[in-house]
Amino acid sequence: MSIMRVKAKASGERTDVKMMAKHIMETGQRKDKAGNVIPALFLSEIEVKHSGKVVFTANLGPAVSKNPYFSFSFAGGASGDTLEVNWKENTGKSGSETAEIR
Amino acid sequence: MSMNRRSLVKAVAAGGALMGLSVLMPRVAMAAWAKEAFEAKEQGAAIKALYGEDAVAESAEVVLDAPDIAENGAVVPVSISTELTNVESMSLFIENNPAPLAAQFMIPEGTRADVSTRVRMGKTTNVTAVIKADGKLYRATKEVKVTIGGCGG
Amino acid sequence: MKTLKTFVLGAGLAALSQLAQAADSGFTLETVDPEADRLALQQYYQKRFPGVPLEEYVNGIYAVDPASREQWDALMEFPPYEFDLEEGQVLFETPFANGKRYADCFDNGGIGIRQNYPYWNSEEGAVKTLEQEINQCREQNGEAPLKWKKGDIAKISAYMAWTSRDKPFDIKIPQDDPRALQAYLDGKKFFYAKRGQLNLSCANCHLDGSRILIRADLPGPTLGQPTHFPVVRSKWGEIGTLHRRYEGCHRDTRSVPLPPQSDEFRKLEYFQTYMSNGLVVNGPGARK
Repeated sequence: MSIMRVKAKASGERTDVKMMAKHIMETGQRKDKAGNVIPALFLSEIEVKHSGKVVFTANLGPAVSKNPYFSFSFAGGASGDTLEVNWKENTGKSGSETAEIR
Repeated sequence: MSMNRRSLVKAVAAGGALMGLSVLMPRVAMAAWAKEAFEAKEQGAAIKALYGEDAVAESAEVVLDAPDIAENGAVVPVSISTELTNVESMSLFIENNPAPLAAQFMIPEGTRADVSTRVRMGKTTNVTAVIKADGKLYRATKEVKVTIGGCGG
Repeated sequence: MKTLKTFVLGAGLAALSQLAQAADSGFTLETVDPEADRLALQQYYQKRFPGVPLEEYVNGIYAVDPASREQWDALMEFPPYEFDLEEGQVLFETPFANGKRYADCFDNGGIGIRQNYPYWNSEEGAVKTLEQEINQCREQNGEAPLKWKKGDIAKISAYMAWTSRDKPFDIKIPQDDPRALQAYLDGKKFFYAKRGQLNLSCANCHLDGSRILIRADLPGPTLGQPTHFPVVRSKWGEIGTLHRRYEGCHRDTRSVPLPPQSDEFRKLEYFQTYMSNGLVVNGPGARK
C-alpha cells in the first residue's frame, strides 16, 4: 500500500512539489484506555530523488502533524519525469515509491 | 555530530569512492536521523545536539512564516525560507513541545530554500527556525498562540 | 419527546423576536414560505458581509474571516480529506457479500446525486438523508449498518459528495404533500428555537452570531453550512458527518444531544440545505 501522495508540477525551469504521506505520526505521548502509553510510530526520514539526485530530505520527529505534508521546489524536472520517494519509520520499516511529474 | 561528519568526509576522500557521489558533496553530507537532537527535551540542548552549538544569532535573513494564533494546535502550517545562498539545512524547533526539534530539512544544491510543513504544538510556544548556510547558523523566532475553542464537540 | 415539546412552545415567542433577522415568512403552515426564507437569508448575509459573493459561502467561516482563511488556504494546498476520499471510493465500489453494490441502490449509480439530498420521501412520510440511504442499501443487501458519525459512512458520503462537486443544491419541497412543508417548517422552528442550559438556538450563533467569537472559535454562517459536509475537522483529527456535528454542537451548548439521524436532525438538515439551494456541493470539506 503506497503511503505517499505527490503532486509535482514542472513549471519553467523548476518543479514544484507538494506531498502528503498517509501516516498517523503517533507521538508516544498518548495513552490508551487502559492507561498504557501508545508507542511512538512516526515517519523519521523522507528522501525525494529526481534522476538519481537527491532533491529533498526531511528528518522528522513526531511533532510533524498526522499525514505529514511538505512543499518544496527544485531546479529541473520535466513533465513525465519520475520522482523517487524513499521513506523510513522510527521502527526501522522503510519503503520506496515513485511519482510522476505533471 | 559535526565532528563525525567531517571525519567521514575526510575518510572517504582518502579512501576513494566507497559511497555514492552524493556523499562527496559536503553540503549533502550525513543526513542521518539525529537521535540525540530529536530526543532532546530542551530547545538549547536540541539545537546544540544538531549543530554543535546553541548560540545562534537572530537574523532577518531567516523568514519564518507561522500564524499568530493557530487555528488548531494539531495542524499548524509553518514555512521556512531564506534568500541566503549555499543553504545546507533548515530546521524547526517548537520550544514548549516535549521534544522541541520537530523537523530538519536538508537542502541540496538546486533545491529552493523554501519549505512548508504542518506541525503540532500542545500550547502557546515560541517557534524557531535555524538555517545553516555556508557553515554559519542563523535563526528567527516567532510566538504562536494556541487557544481553547468553545466548540469542541 | 419532552425536549421537542418544550422548545416548540417557546418557539412561538422566540420566533417572533428572531423574525426580523432573516426569515421573511412565518412559523405556521399557512404563513411559511421557503423560497421567501431562502432569499431573505441571502439578503441578510449580503448586508452583513458586504462584498462577499454568495457562492463563497460554501467555504463557511473562511468566506468571511480573512485571518482564519489564511491558515485554511495553507491546509487546502493539500486537503486533509484526500485519503478519506480515496478510501471512500474503494468502499463505494467494493461489492457486498451478495455481489450487489451501492451503485445498485441509487439513481445514476450513486454518482453525481448528492445535491438532491436530503429529500422528502412521500411513501415513507419522512425526510431521507444520504447517510440513511447508504445504510439502507447495506441492510437491504445483508450488510450490517455503519455507525452514523465517523469512519466508513463519512468516507462513502465524502466520495459521493465529491462526485457532485460544484453541482448546485436542489432540495425540493413537493407541493402535493403538505407533510413535506411541515418537515421544512419543523426544521425551521428547530433552527430558531432556544434550548438547553445556555438557552441558545442555532440562529443565535450561526445567524446573528456568525463571526462572533466563542472563546477562540467563530461560528460559521448558516448559509451554505451543510454544503461542505462530511468534514475533516482539525478538532476531530478525522472525517465526520453533519449529524456528528449537530450532536456535538448540542453538547457544546449544553442541550440534550439528540442522536445522529434523529427526526429533528433530519428535518434541520432539510431546512438548512434548502436554505442553501443554489450553492454548490462542496463536500468533503476541511474545517477547524
